Amino acid sequence: MALMILRSFGKMDDAKGLVAGEVRDATGARLGMWLFILSEILLFGGLFILYSAYRYKNPVDFHHASRELDVLLGTLNTIILLTSSLTMAASIGAIQRGQRKLSMILLIATMALGLFFLVNKGFEWGAKMEHGIYPNAPALLARAKGEILFFGLYYVMTGLHGLHVLVGVCVLLVMLILVSREKIHSTHVTPLENSGLYWHLVDIIWIFLYPLFYLIS
Amino acid sequence: MTSTGAAESIRPRISFYEDQGRYGGILSWILTSDHKRIGILYFIFVIAFFFSGVVLGFFMRLEMIAPGGAIMKPQTYNSLFTLHGIVMIFLVVIPAIPTIFGNFFLPIQIGARDVAFPRINLLSWWLYISGAAIVAFSVFTGEGPPDTGWTFYTPYSLRTTVNVPLAVFGLFILGMSSILTGVNFVTTTHRLRAPGMTWHRLPLFVWAIYSTSWVQILATPVIGITLTLILIERFFGVGVFDPAKGGDPILYQHMFWIYSHPATYIMILPAMGIVSDIVPVFARKKIFGYMAIAMSGVAIAAVGSLVWGHHMFVSGQSDFAALLFSLLTFLVAVPSAIKVFNWVATLHKGSIVLEPPLLFCLAFIFLFSIGGLTGLIQGALAPNVHLHDTYWIPGHFHYIIFGGMGFGLFAAFHYWFPKMFGRMYNPKMAVWAWGTMLVGFNIFYFSMLLLGWEGMPRRYYDYLPQFRTLHLTATFGSWILIAGLILMFTNLFRGLFKGEKAGDNPWGGATLEWQIPSPPPKENFEEIPVIRHGPYDFEEFRKNG
Repeated sequence: MALMILRSFGKMDDAKGLVAGEVRDATGARLGMWLFILSEILLFGGLFILYSAYRYKNPVDFHHASRELDVLLGTLNTIILLTSSLTMAASIGAIQRGQRKLSMILLIATMALGLFFLVNKGFEWGAKMEHGIYPNAPALLARAKGEILFFGLYYVMTGLHGLHVLVGVCVLLVMLILVSREKIHSTHVTPLENSGLYWHLVDIIWIFLYPLFYLIS
Repeated sequence: MTSTGAAESIRPRISFYEDQGRYGGILSWILTSDHKRIGILYFIFVIAFFFSGVVLGFFMRLEMIAPGGAIMKPQTYNSLFTLHGIVMIFLVVIPAIPTIFGNFFLPIQIGARDVAFPRINLLSWWLYISGAAIVAFSVFTGEGPPDTGWTFYTPYSLRTTVNVPLAVFGLFILGMSSILTGVNFVTTTHRLRAPGMTWHRLPLFVWAIYSTSWVQILATPVIGITLTLILIERFFGVGVFDPAKGGDPILYQHMFWIYSHPATYIMILPAMGIVSDIVPVFARKKIFGYMAIAMSGVAIAAVGSLVWGHHMFVSGQSDFAALLFSLLTFLVAVPSAIKVFNWVATLHKGSIVLEPPLLFCLAFIFLFSIGGLTGLIQGALAPNVHLHDTYWIPGHFHYIIFGGMGFGLFAAFHYWFPKMFGRMYNPKMAVWAWGTMLVGFNIFYFSMLLLGWEGMPRRYYDYLPQFRTLHLTATFGSWILIAGLILMFTNLFRGLFKGEKAGDNPWGGATLEWQIPSPPPKENFEEIPVIRHGPYDFEEFRKNG
């Protein structure tokens, strides 16, 4: 089986003596990005393990705590992020067809949606904190242990995810500059494609966070 | 492997030491994207950290020379064993072989001019240095160096007042460096192999680094998030590992070992690759069971990711989990044994030349076998209850890490030294150093095994009088070991400046690095070679010159 996996990977390499720097190796850059994404998934994987273990131990508390999250806001944010993935993909398509302006507009839209997501998240966190629900808060510590854990994980996981959204917006800003200076163009799209991969990763992680926190009650 | 014409035409080219590139002086080093220069940069720092680790170990051993706090207070001893662990594991053993020799030789061995992402490679080095600096900073600031042991077990790591957060943050940065190096090597191996360099013709060192890189990519993020959680816990008190808030400290141990057990294979696999590369050269014989060795490396990387629970047999995990982890631990011994048998079979009926690199490999096989077999003893559930947290454990893992990875590293020093620096050390002196270290090593660490067997707990700064003789023996052994180390490094250092010119292929190796000048020119090959035979095909190699 190991050999089979290698064969499938082998398709990506035909040992033709590529030289770094001389030729732009788009496939290599993509492979590198996928490997990096794999490591990101495992980074979040550690938190998903904690979530699973604690939810298994405290199903009732998780159920109660989840009910307090604002499903509407969570759903809105899900729609925002999914839409941003669409504009991201469309932006790559546009630059591949040579439509630089359109690509830039779509990139700006993606970033705006990302920021919109963060603002929403900020309001959501703010509302929770007003009710005394934040790590180590006396009101939270008075609750059942499972609920303390639920909200602890909620802050840690959505926080780390929000950080990734923020990093993604910064990356896209750099891409926007590169596109506007025509460093990225129809025959050299790799950096934008890789940024797109990262953006979709952030999106997919949210796709898992959303039901696990908002929809389990 | 190359055609002979190409080898001669590149002879007059200047080496990568003289070819500075865009910047001059020190900048030509710290801003370089040349994989060989980056390898040398790592070389310098890894050796520096190795010696600081040795000094820490020396003082730990000195403290244990007599019962009753010979030279220090318990708190100092706690800091010493913590720092010895952090420095040796995160700054030396994990990065050493991939970053020094992987950087220097992986591209050359597959016929490439550099790694896939040369600038990210430089970034890895900067992250490594920054992480190390932060760790070093944590020693001298705040309320003193960490005293938790290198494992940072909760809840103690959350409560101790000493400088845990800074050290943990440094380790996080080191983890990023490790991941990026792994990404670089996997991509390089897939994309930059020379024409004809099929997966069946890869030198086994490349196979080993390749498997290791996968573990680095897949396991390191888990320690990244675990260490981040320590920081979050300390600053915000979320409670995921705090029983008072519903958290479970045992889960910390799980997450720590999900990385840190595979990390032991990050340590040992590259050394196994080095042994697999050296043994056939000095037996003048094709490696026995090429695919078996390559695939057993992949198997170790895979199965080794599923055995972390054997660190926690007495931590309170379920009996069923313990049973499963014990079984898997026994399974992982199989591919390791496959390698050992293949090396021995390669030596069988070979025309053996006992040069220093082979001697270090033989020491590796001997010491690693002891380490592996003692591992099986503590991997069984019943003996583990008796041996857990005794001197047996450090005895065992020093046989693996130092006896295995360390001697593998030293083998690489002696094997590739002439290629990296173009000069030869004194081989007689190298043999003396080898012998001294081997004797000192066994006196030192076998005493530790015996101490553990008799019940001496690890990480104690004091002990009962009955352990006196063995502790004295161990300390005595540590002095011999350190004398051997000094002898070895003096010899290498002297060779660097006063050694004879080594020539391009002093050992008669058939892999690509021996077909280019010593030291190699920048970008290694003028023309990318076409590969026509395997890496240990000495007959083909002789026929074609």
